[in-house]
Amino acid sequence: MGLLTFKGGVHPPHKKKFSENEAIKILPLPEKVYVYTAHSIGAPAKPIVEVGDKVKTGQKIAEAGGFISANLHSPVTGTVVEFTKLVNAASGLKSDVIVIEREGEDQWELLEKTDDHTKLKPEEIVARVKEAGIVGLGGAMFPSHVKLSIPKGKKAESLIINAAECEPYITIDYRMMLEKTSEVLKGIEIIMHTIGVEKAYVGIEDNKSKAISHMKEAVKNSSIEIVPLKTKYPQGAEKQLINAVTGKEVPSGGLPIDIGAVVFNVSTAYAIYDAIYNGKALVESGISLTGEGVKKPGNFWFRVGTKVSELLDYVGIIEEDKIDRVLYGGPMMGISLPDTELPTFKGNNAITVMTKDVAPNKETMPCIRCSSCVSVCPIGLQPYLMKKLADTRKYDDLTNNNLMDCIECGACSYTCPSGIDLTKSFKTAKKVVRAMKQRRG
Amino acid sequence: MKFKNLSAPHLRTKDTTRQVMIDVLISLTPAIAVSTWVFGLRALYIMMFSMISAEVLDFFIVRVLKKQKNYKPDFSASVTGLLFGMNMSMAVHWWHMLIGIAFAIIVAKHAFGGLGQNIFNPAEIGRVFMLISFPTVMTTWYKPFANMSASVDTITTATPLALLKEYGANKSLSNFSYMDMFLGKIPGSIGEVSALALLIGFAYLVYKKRIKLMIPISIFSTVLIISSIFYFVNPTRFGTPLFHLLAGGMIIGALFMATDMVTSPMTIKGQIVFGIGIGVIALTIRYFGAYPEGVSFSIVIMNALVPLIDLWMKPRVFGTSKKGAK
Repeated sequence: MGLLTFKGGVHPPHKKKFSENEAIKILPLPEKVYVYTAHSIGAPAKPIVEVGDKVKTGQKIAEAGGFISANLHSPVTGTVVEFTKLVNAASGLKSDVIVIEREGEDQWELLEKTDDHTKLKPEEIVARVKEAGIVGLGGAMFPSHVKLSIPKGKKAESLIINAAECEPYITIDYRMMLEKTSEVLKGIEIIMHTIGVEKAYVGIEDNKSKAISHMKEAVKNSSIEIVPLKTKYPQGAEKQLINAVTGKEVPSGGLPIDIGAVVFNVSTAYAIYDAIYNGKALVESGISLTGEGVKKPGNFWFRVGTKVSELLDYVGIIEEDKIDRVLYGGPMMGISLPDTELPTFKGNNAITVMTKDVAPNKETMPCIRCSSCVSVCPIGLQPYLMKKLADTRKYDDLTNNNLMDCIECGACSYTCPSGIDLTKSFKTAKKVVRAMKQRRG
Repeated sequence: MKFKNLSAPHLRTKDTTRQVMIDVLISLTPAIAVSTWVFGLRALYIMMFSMISAEVLDFFIVRVLKKQKNYKPDFSASVTGLLFGMNMSMAVHWWHMLIGIAFAIIVAKHAFGGLGQNIFNPAEIGRVFMLISFPTVMTTWYKPFANMSASVDTITTATPLALLKEYGANKSLSNFSYMDMFLGKIPGSIGEVSALALLIGFAYLVYKKRIKLMIPISIFSTVLIISSIFYFVNPTRFGTPLFHLLAGGMIIGALFMATDMVTSPMTIKGQIVFGIGIGVIALTIRYFGAYPEGVSFSIVIMNALVPLIDLWMKPRVFGTSKKGAK
C-alpha cells in the first residue's frame, strides 16, 4: 500500500542528520530575556507589569489583547528592567518588547493544576490553556484556546496531531516523540477530551521510522493511531496533512473545523500537558539549533525571549564570513533574521544557520513555462500566471486566481529552474490585497 | 552579526534553465549520430551550422540590440538551431538556412520578447517558413546511404508519406519496412528519420524530468485511434496506424517540438487537449491536405491555441471541488 500523502509537493534534502540523534538538553538560564508582546497572529498582549516590578518564572506579565491573542508570562525570575522596541523579523517592523533581567534561580509561580484532566470540564481546560498563554508551536503561533473552542454549529470529528516535521533540518518534534512520549500522549488525550472526539491520528513522515515504531508501541490499546505519511514537503502544512490523513479537503477560504478536523502540533500537545498537569505557563519550549553553520547542532529546551546570539553561543558557530543567513525555523518557510541580537518567540522550533555554499544563489532568468511550479503546487494554483499578474499589479485578477489560497509553502520557488522568487511575490501581493480589502470596507 | 533580509525558501533545486537546455541538446545526440550515419557527414555539418548560427545570432541580438551587457548564453537558441537543422532536407544550401534561422530567431522568438515570451515554437516556425518559401528544396529527399558524388537525380527519392499520398499504402510499404522506419533507414528530414534514436533521447529527458510527458502520450494515442478508424475504412488509401506513427515528423514532432516548454500548455489537462489537437490536425492534413506531411503545421496551429487552453484548463484549486466543499 502506498503511504498517505497529498497532491503536488517537492522533495528537498532532509538535512536532519545534524541534530536527529541529539537528545534534548536544557540550556542554562539567560541573563536577560526580551519578550515580544505581539506574537505573529492576533492582537498584541497588554503589559500588566511596570519597570522595576519583581516577577517570578511563569508569572503573567501581559494580558491577551483580544480573543485571538495569548497571555504572556515571565520566562525567568527577576526584575522588569525596560520596555523597548525591537524589530520583528516576520514583519520587518519594530514592536514592543518587555525586558526582564534574571536574578538567581527559578522560582515558579504555577497555575492551577490537576492530576486527572478527565475531572475537568472542557470549558475549564480551555480556560486554563488560555491562562497559560499556549500558542501553536509548529511555527504559526495561533492561540491554542481558540482552536480548542469549537464554534457553535460545528462539531469536531477527528483530532490530527501534526508530527510530520516536513521542514528540512528541524528535529525537535521527532525528539519530543522519542523522549517525552507519555507527556505528549497525555497532552493528546487532554485535547481529545476537550474537543470531544473519540479518535486521534498522529501523522509522522516515514523518514522518522524510529519515531513511528516508538509511538506505535506507546499507543497500543488506546484510541490514538499512528499514521505513517509519505515524506514530502509540505506534508506538515495543516490542509495537506488533513488531506493526507482523512482524504478530505478543507474548503477554499474555510477552516479545518468546517470538515470536522482539528490539528495540533506535537510540541503544543506537550505544552498543554505541562499546563494542565504541572501548572506551567508557556515560557519554555523545544528548539533545534542546527544547520551547516553550527558547530555542535542539537535539540534544546530554551526560555522564550532568549536572544538568538545567546542560543548560538551555546552551540558555537563557524566563521562569520561563511555564514549566509540565520533563520527562525527551517529553510522552506523560515524567516531570515536581520541580525542575531533578536530574541526568540514562543513558536520558534528551530534556528537554522545556513552557510553560503548551501544557500541559493541562482541567477534569475525568464520563465520558460516549464510548468514545474504548477505541478508542485499543493493547492493547485498556477504560480507562473500569478507571478505575471503580481508583477503587473492586477490584484483583482490575482484574487480570482485564488491568490488568497496560497499557503506560502515555497515549493514553487524551490523548484523553479529560472530562479524566480514566486513565493515572495505572493506574500507581498497577499498583504496588498488584504490592505485593499480593509480600505474598501 | 548583520544579515541581508532574504526571502524564503532558503533552499532551491540545483536545476537551472541553462541546464534544461543543455539536457535537451544531450538528448538529441543519438538522433544526430544516426542521421550522420544514414546521410553522411554533410548532415552533421548542416545541423552544426544551424545550431551555431542560431546561437551567434541570438547572442548578437541580446548583447548588441537589447544591450544586455552581462548576458550569458542560455543555450535556448542552440536548441532552436539544432532542431531547425534536424528538420532540414539534405538538399538545403547554407544561405537557405541562414534565412530560415534568421526568421526563427528574429521574428518567432525576439519579436515576441525573447526567451519564454514566444507563442510559436521558433524551430517549427522556421521549418514552416522554409517549406513555404523553398518548397522544392525542402521536399527534395536523399536516399539513405546515397553516394553523394552521383547526380542529384539518382540519389533523390520520395518519402514514405509522399508515396502513400501518390500511390497508396501498398507501394509505400513495399519500398520501406517498419524496421527501416524504426531504425531510420528512410528518406526524410535529416533528424527525423530514426524513431529509435529519438526515443532514446526522449527517455533521457523523461529520466531527468525535463519534459511534459503527457503531450507525446496524448498525440500518439490520438494518432493511433484515428488512424485505426481510417485504416479500417480504407486500408490502401490511409495506411496503418503504425505507419503513421513512424513516418515523417510524427516522432520528432511529438517528442521534441510539441513538448517545447514555452509553447505548450501548463497543466496536464491542457497538455492532453493540446496533444489531441495536434494528432487530429496532423492526420487531417496527411489524409486530405495538399502536403503529404502535417505535423509541423498542426503544432504551429495548436501553439496559437495554447493561451486559450491555459485559460480554460486550469488545475482544480484545493478545497474547491464538490468533494471538498461539503
